[in-house]
Amino acid sequence: MSATATTRLQGYAAEPTPAIAVENIIKRYGDFEAVKGGTFRVAEGEIFGLLGPNGAGKSTLIRMMTTLIPVTAGRALVGGHDVTKDPDDVRRMIGVIPQALTSDPDLTVEENLIIYAKLYSVPRVQREKNIAEVLEAVDLTKWRGAQTKTLSGGMRRRLEIARGLVHDPRIFFLDEPTTGLDPVSRIAVWEMLNNLKASRNLTILITTHYMEEADKLCDRIAIVDHGKLVALGTPVELKNSVAGANVVEVRFDRESSDWKERLEKLEGVTSVQPESAGFYRVLSTSGSKTTLDLVHMAAEQGVTLTSLSVQNTTLDDVFVHYTGRQLRDEQVKAVFMMPPRPGVQP
Amino acid sequence: MNRMWAIVEREMRKFFRSPMLMIMSMMLPLVQLVILGNAFGGKITNARVGVVDYDHGPQAVKVREAFDSVAATIRTFHTFDYPDERTAQEAVRTGKLDAAVVIPPQYSRRVYAQDRPQIGLVVDNSDQFVSGSIESEMQSLVNAINAPLVADPINKQVALDVVELFPYINYMKFLLAGSIALAMYVSVMIGGGMLYIDDKARGVHEGYLVTPITRLELVMGLNTAGAIKAVLAGISLTIIGSLMAGLGTIFHPMQVLQLLCIIAVTSIAFNGMMFLMMVRVDDPLVPRAMFGVLNTLLFFPSGAIYPISAFPRWLRAIAIVDPFSYSIHGLQQVLLKDGGWISIYSDLLFLGIFGIGTLLIASSLFKRTL
Repeated sequence: MSATATTRLQGYAAEPTPAIAVENIIKRYGDFEAVKGGTFRVAEGEIFGLLGPNGAGKSTLIRMMTTLIPVTAGRALVGGHDVTKDPDDVRRMIGVIPQALTSDPDLTVEENLIIYAKLYSVPRVQREKNIAEVLEAVDLTKWRGAQTKTLSGGMRRRLEIARGLVHDPRIFFLDEPTTGLDPVSRIAVWEMLNNLKASRNLTILITTHYMEEADKLCDRIAIVDHGKLVALGTPVELKNSVAGANVVEVRFDRESSDWKERLEKLEGVTSVQPESAGFYRVLSTSGSKTTLDLVHMAAEQGVTLTSLSVQNTTLDDVFVHYTGRQLRDEQVKAVFMMPPRPGVQP
Repeated sequence: MNRMWAIVEREMRKFFRSPMLMIMSMMLPLVQLVILGNAFGGKITNARVGVVDYDHGPQAVKVREAFDSVAATIRTFHTFDYPDERTAQEAVRTGKLDAAVVIPPQYSRRVYAQDRPQIGLVVDNSDQFVSGSIESEMQSLVNAINAPLVADPINKQVALDVVELFPYINYMKFLLAGSIALAMYVSVMIGGGMLYIDDKARGVHEGYLVTPITRLELVMGLNTAGAIKAVLAGISLTIIGSLMAGLGTIFHPMQVLQLLCIIAVTSIAFNGMMFLMMVRVDDPLVPRAMFGVLNTLLFFPSGAIYPISAFPRWLRAIAIVDPFSYSIHGLQQVLLKDGGWISIYSDLLFLGIFGIGTLLIASSLFKRTL
């Protein structure tokens, strides 16, 4: 983890009774270390995001915090209870939405909620009240009698969220809740989570590999890569931690072998990343100045600029800065990986 | 306990919402009952027997008249004339005939001279059932021919007087016990084993594991639901099968109670066995692959199709530890013999101990985490 991020973590240690406190947590499968000593705290009422590519260790982290898999070393406190020593106390105060859609397709929306309310021993009167409230919150009241298999993907995801809230938990864990949803449904889920946080004072921990989701939804974000927490902060803090306020994406019709070095020598440029033949992502402290310099440089060298765009720093740039590669590359790679066999630990 | 019943409720709601499981649980045993019940246990009829008569004497005519009598009455076989032994033998070898009878030259003379007269029988022993039936029928004919014309006033031979305790039991009735046990097995395999692993793979169990449900509640919930499904399958097949086979057992309250007890402990035993085998399995292909193997390994050595006493020693060893054996024995005692509690208590005891034992071992192997 970077020095900046570490300093920030130490700062949170002073906060009183965090909803979640994870200290140097490690998970090993044989010789393979899936999580390599993460430390972070989540304050009450916060939406905290774990951002990273597939296989980074986000789900393993969340599974340890929700008592689904044992912790190899380190400690995790959820709601003040140790996940290893008091797993039942932890389970009583958390709601968990796994990555897969696990509501029973043969049961109705209401039946799914009844079963889970019973599993949490919610008293009958309270159960009916809670079910009505959560259905209202996720806008599924008029679908309460519908069989789950007849719902759309977005509605099923909303049902999963309702199921996780049916016992009125204090802390809510969501493992990639918008994966597979269309953009409209994704935004609807974000709005719903924001409303739930406000109306129920929920602490929410969410894993995602969508930068936009982490940026718009989360109060703070921890970037996870290869089982390590490499950076932690608010989206603004993370973006500010990367030298260069702008990203200039530029494409030339041809280039010489020392083209990258030439770009790096331009004034205000903090880093240059070649993307493909003639295409570069240039981080700069001044986008407008660098744009002008690029135009001049191209004219001097007799090279044509085929495209040029300037934008503010994104979380993708933050990810590149801390890991040395792009999150979207990791996602593309993940698409071509064979999925694990059911039940096999990641 | 409420959490355990929540698991049972979920499983049963699914079960009743999808009647396919119930239908599929009973399809195989019912088809087996109808097909095997009618295919086996019947008598051989219309076998083809060639006759080579080198004698043509009065005693040869007597033999042929006896053959004609069989063909006209019980129809075990029909006869066809063949000119010589070699042609007839070739016809048996090529499957045109099931057997050939050779009446040798001088047969009638040897009968009159009491000079060890013989009739040859060539059989196709690649089919033991048909050849055995023809041999048996021929032996009866020969015995009849050998019987003295005037009965000896003093019977010097020992006679066996057979008393049948029960009314005639056809093969379908005999097979019914096995079909009921098989229905429970299929229900446990599909409704217990396969659904359990499928739910695991789909992440449904992950949903359970994040709730405060205890390991015992979860195990008991899953097994209680599995056992209830198997009991329902067993009861359904008992009713349908009894009506098809013509057994009136289901109309006698005490026998119904005994049947329910056997069905209940069988369901617990099968479910415990299944849960033990599946408790550490994650791959949905495993229960599907095991289905046929287990069916053959457990059903056939159980005495459902063929008596255990006819098995070689190693197969009998399987039958001794096979819960199917005890279930089928118990069911046969009630369905076919009305033997009372005394005839089934050892079966109930074994199945109960087997079920609880396997469940306890499975519970200790069950992981509360992923």
